[in-house]
Amino acid sequence: MASKSLHAIFTDDDILMQAVKALREKKYSIKEVFCPFPVHGLDKAMGLSHTRLAITSFLYGLVGLAVATWMMDFIMIEDWPQNIGGKPSFSYIENMPAFVPIMFEMTVFFAAHLMVITFYMRSKLWPFKKSENPDVRTTDDKFLMEISVNENNVQAIAEVLHENGASEIKLIDNK
Amino acid sequence: MSHYESPIRKPLVTGDKSYHDVTLDVVRSVEGQANKSWWVAFSIALIAFLWGLGCIVYTVSEGIGTWGLNKTIGWAWDITNFVWWVGIGHAGTLISAVLLLFRQKWRMAINRSAEAMTIFAVVQAGLFPIIHMGRPWLAYWVLPIPNQYGSLWVNFNSPLLWDVFAISTYLSVSLVFWWTGLLPDFAMIRDRAVKPFQKHIYGILAFGWSGRAKDWQRFEEVSLVLAGLATPLVLSVHTIVSFDFATSVIPGWHTTIFPPYFVAGAVFSGFAMVNTLLIIMRKVSNLENYITIQHIELMNIVIMITGSIVGVAYITELFMAWYSGVEYEQYAFLNRATGPYAWAYWSMMTCNVFSPQLMWFPKLRRSIMFSFFISIVVNIGMWFERFVIIVTSLHRDYMPSAWTMFSPTFVDIGIFVGTIGFFFVLFLLYSRTFPVIAQAEVKSILKASGEKFKKIRAEKGDDAKLYVEPKQEPLPDFSAQFNSKSNS
Repeated sequence: MASKSLHAIFTDDDILMQAVKALREKKYSIKEVFCPFPVHGLDKAMGLSHTRLAITSFLYGLVGLAVATWMMDFIMIEDWPQNIGGKPSFSYIENMPAFVPIMFEMTVFFAAHLMVITFYMRSKLWPFKKSENPDVRTTDDKFLMEISVNENNVQAIAEVLHENGASEIKLIDNK
Repeated sequence: MSHYESPIRKPLVTGDKSYHDVTLDVVRSVEGQANKSWWVAFSIALIAFLWGLGCIVYTVSEGIGTWGLNKTIGWAWDITNFVWWVGIGHAGTLISAVLLLFRQKWRMAINRSAEAMTIFAVVQAGLFPIIHMGRPWLAYWVLPIPNQYGSLWVNFNSPLLWDVFAISTYLSVSLVFWWTGLLPDFAMIRDRAVKPFQKHIYGILAFGWSGRAKDWQRFEEVSLVLAGLATPLVLSVHTIVSFDFATSVIPGWHTTIFPPYFVAGAVFSGFAMVNTLLIIMRKVSNLENYITIQHIELMNIVIMITGSIVGVAYITELFMAWYSGVEYEQYAFLNRATGPYAWAYWSMMTCNVFSPQLMWFPKLRRSIMFSFFISIVVNIGMWFERFVIIVTSLHRDYMPSAWTMFSPTFVDIGIFVGTIGFFFVLFLLYSRTFPVIAQAEVKSILKASGEKFKKIRAEKGDDAKLYVEPKQEPLPDFSAQFNSKSNS
């Protein structure tokens, strides 16, 4: 038997939040919510775990710093330790101040770009990706909630949604 | 839901705007047709760009000797324009990143255009380091790529190499920051598009954005971290640009005040350019309800503050020159104020120190005409600042036998005009094809800062309902549907 979902449309973020809370109180799990803009507190209300993207960014930054340090130490100190304008090239630390700008820039470069790429990969976003919002109005001003249902609870969930201000409720076959 | 917002705050979105109205106002310029004045402006910008392109081709094929440079003055309009454009670019990041970190809601309506301005200005800036090279076809030698010369590397002591890293990092990070912010807005245009071609193009641009709760959570985290990275980046980039001068031994250049002072100047000129562009844009794109007088006033206040910082820096430099007891340093400043380029110095002083002080008068800073006028004046002044720092320090320094003068040729001027043209070509195309206001962000502050909702709260208190109850159909029998559908 194909599984099914209820799609409920809400016209306002406040109504959506009430409905999310009501469903969570009754222990129904919400499959997905599509919003036109970030509704603050929605992830908490839905019980989504916090994203770890900031942590990845920190680690990428460390990688960038290491790459910059290794690159400049190899090129300036190990490979061709030349005298350029009287700058000391005997050890990395002696000429370190001149390397700070690039160490800094590469830290930022790695932290920013690799985190953004991680975000695109985790959220599955790329140029030829097909959009997956079930209703085009969810990028304009409507909010859509998707809940997996079965024969026993479909009417109960629909009633909760209806009581909490869903303006349209539809039963959809899951693909 | 209850929400407390101080009644002292003026609305950031005027008019009785709903979420859908925001959508319609943002897509109007994208879905509509360009009018005659757009085509006129675009044609002028395109001609200027093509003229500049001709001058660039002429320079590269004929040689740098076509410019007004001489043996004493090896940098003049090229680096002046480079630093000027980089400076202009900085306001975009300031608006989108620093104002985000400080939770300034007024940034929402202006950050998209300010970032577009950043990208387009940095593109212009990026041309100069290439075309001012004697042999620009060897420009790739600045990159530390393993090669057949042994490997022969680059020297990491030079601020010009730091520039390469700084500008390319800055441009690329700004670009992804801007693009990530654009995804929900492109998705909105994609989902509204009726023409298949438009739908296809915006579908590609939107990267399949669907607006899931988890996507938004990550999106906000990415924006916050990028803002946290872009803020030190923007400070470091102009610092590194200022190192081009500050690390030298030239009197008038060798100063420790340059890094913060250049950054202040960058914010100053950048905000002036944002003001110039947005004052026009709010009018021609009918966005007066989003870019309000309050936005312009706040930008004027930033201009006033950074203008004052720049003023303090000028006075500090003068004081330190006198206090140093170094004749060369003292002469450098005497030469600026009374030498053959005194006209440039005093126009810089007038534009940068005097004009922003007029913003102390509320009447003036709340006047659109006056703000527009001052924003142009500030950009002229900041161009002169870079010109004065570069040329007056070079044309008379240690050896009087090397003293000389500088005057630009038509090629110097043509390339500068060309970059202005190129900038406007890009900006005009952007304003017709991109969502010029970050609609997703504006929608997220609409209830807190929209005029309509502020009125409701003023009348009915903070717990007032900020929505209309939806019309509901009677609930159908889903149990029956469930079975009938699965049987079929």
